[in-house]
Amino acid sequence: MKTLLWVEHEDGGIKDATLSSVTAAARIGEVHLLVVGYDVGAVATQAAAIAGVQKVHVADDVAYAHALAENVAPLIVQLMAGHDVFVAPATSNGKNIAPRVAALLDVMQISDILSVEEDGSFTRPIYAGNAVATVRSRDAKKVVTVRGTAFDKAAREGGSAAIETVASTGDRGVSAFVSAVIVRQERPELTSAKMIVAGGRALKDSETFAQHLFPLADKLGAAVGASRAAVDAGYVPNDYQVGQTGKIVAPEIYLAVGISGAIQHLAGMKDSKTIIAINKDADAPIFQVADIGLVGDLFQVVPELTAKL
Amino acid sequence: MKILVPVKRVIDYNVKPRVRADGSGVDLANVKMSMNPFDEIAVEEAVRLKEKGVATEVVAVSIGSAKAQEVLRTALAMGADRAILIESDAEVEPLAVAKLLAAVQAEEQAGLMILGKQAIDDDSNQTGQMLAALLDLPQATFASKLEVAADSVTVTREVDGGLETLKLDLPAIVTTDLRLNEPRYASLPNIMKAKSKPLATRAVADFGVDVTPRLETLKVTEPAKRVAGVKVADVDELVAKLKSLGVAA
Repeated sequence: MKTLLWVEHEDGGIKDATLSSVTAAARIGEVHLLVVGYDVGAVATQAAAIAGVQKVHVADDVAYAHALAENVAPLIVQLMAGHDVFVAPATSNGKNIAPRVAALLDVMQISDILSVEEDGSFTRPIYAGNAVATVRSRDAKKVVTVRGTAFDKAAREGGSAAIETVASTGDRGVSAFVSAVIVRQERPELTSAKMIVAGGRALKDSETFAQHLFPLADKLGAAVGASRAAVDAGYVPNDYQVGQTGKIVAPEIYLAVGISGAIQHLAGMKDSKTIIAINKDADAPIFQVADIGLVGDLFQVVPELTAKL
Repeated sequence: MKILVPVKRVIDYNVKPRVRADGSGVDLANVKMSMNPFDEIAVEEAVRLKEKGVATEVVAVSIGSAKAQEVLRTALAMGADRAILIESDAEVEPLAVAKLLAAVQAEEQAGLMILGKQAIDDDSNQTGQMLAALLDLPQATFASKLEVAADSVTVTREVDGGLETLKLDLPAIVTTDLRLNEPRYASLPNIMKAKSKPLATRAVADFGVDVTPRLETLKVTEPAKRVAGVKVADVDELVAKLKSLGVAA
């Protein structure tokens, strides 16, 4: 089996989600990577160095600069003539592109896989992770997206794959990139952080959210996340959201502050190694999944904790 | 401009799903069902576009059992003009749903199709993108803002690092994220009015689409359960615990 894995990259660097997907792809078969973008020569070199990668296909064209699905999908479909399984990380770009590829190939996609089983079946979460389905595809070719937290990251070094240039399939001319507001966080990235401090609606407003959580996170070297309620209330931007429809995280330590623990939030963080909850409501559902709980007023507890660390 | 809004009947988002003991799936008997929350956002957006005079007609479509009429009536009560139910008692996968919707679009010729980004039951997050592929139309997934012009739509999308804005030629496919809008509650008079709005029932066979499942679900299990741990009395105890976990002081 030959897999073709779409490489998620940003600012000339390969994202961690790609490395987890390499591990998943290696369980399926031979790993071929596809680097698509504009001016991505350096990315291709990095891709070729990833341990376990056999080949890197590179398509470099201004039409691919913003990973528009309309332009990227036809290229992938063309390359799939020589591959059996298309793999993409379940990032916002991966989730945008993969189903378009699947439909063009007339394949039913398997989203967000958690494991690759011996018999060729896959497990995947359904119902916000309240159930896990084991599914097998009857399609000749397959399309899967990979949940990054479920697979170890492949090493960035140790590989020496051949790089092959692929001709561009061009700009379809039906969609265009206008602008982006990408928040450059100085803190670690949520999906790859070892530790996360996350806040909920109880933080009251954006100012108190920042006042209480940022110093604590900085002291711990942690990333900052938030519940949907906190994002909806405008305390922090959307890219902070952890949950069923936000980011899926599984850090070593997840410190939930003023988060009650709705199932949609738990879906995004319940695979964290250690969950710590601070909440003034002793009956909050978050305590049912927390390894360590502290019942108390966060406005007193958090500054004290920050001071004592 | 006509807007097509597909909606799905799913387990209510407040209900905690229970996995059947025999591993055959999730128990949906006597469980509260509702419109998929992301689809509600899609209906709301379409209705707002009609209220602004941008859209002329909003057509809701559902694929499912006869009971899916309930969610279509909800869409009509929110302000959709008419509804189409493609009846199927078997589960229809996203790829087949997209094919059926593509067939509906061939009849309806909508200028814009707004879908929920994912259904909260199978969490696939595929149908909108697949529909766009099958119709060879542009797509903007995970939308948090929509501006419709005469022959294009400008969409702000929620992406991993923040927000991204795309401009698509119409017709186009948009899928909704949580912060696009806050769906209204249908008023009682509108719920009454919805009962007399047209709802056409069609058979899958009308569309000549093969809906045979491509995926075989071998089993459905409960995920590993977390158990509640210990409660600490104060911050000092928490600090001690953090240190024992290797967090530097």
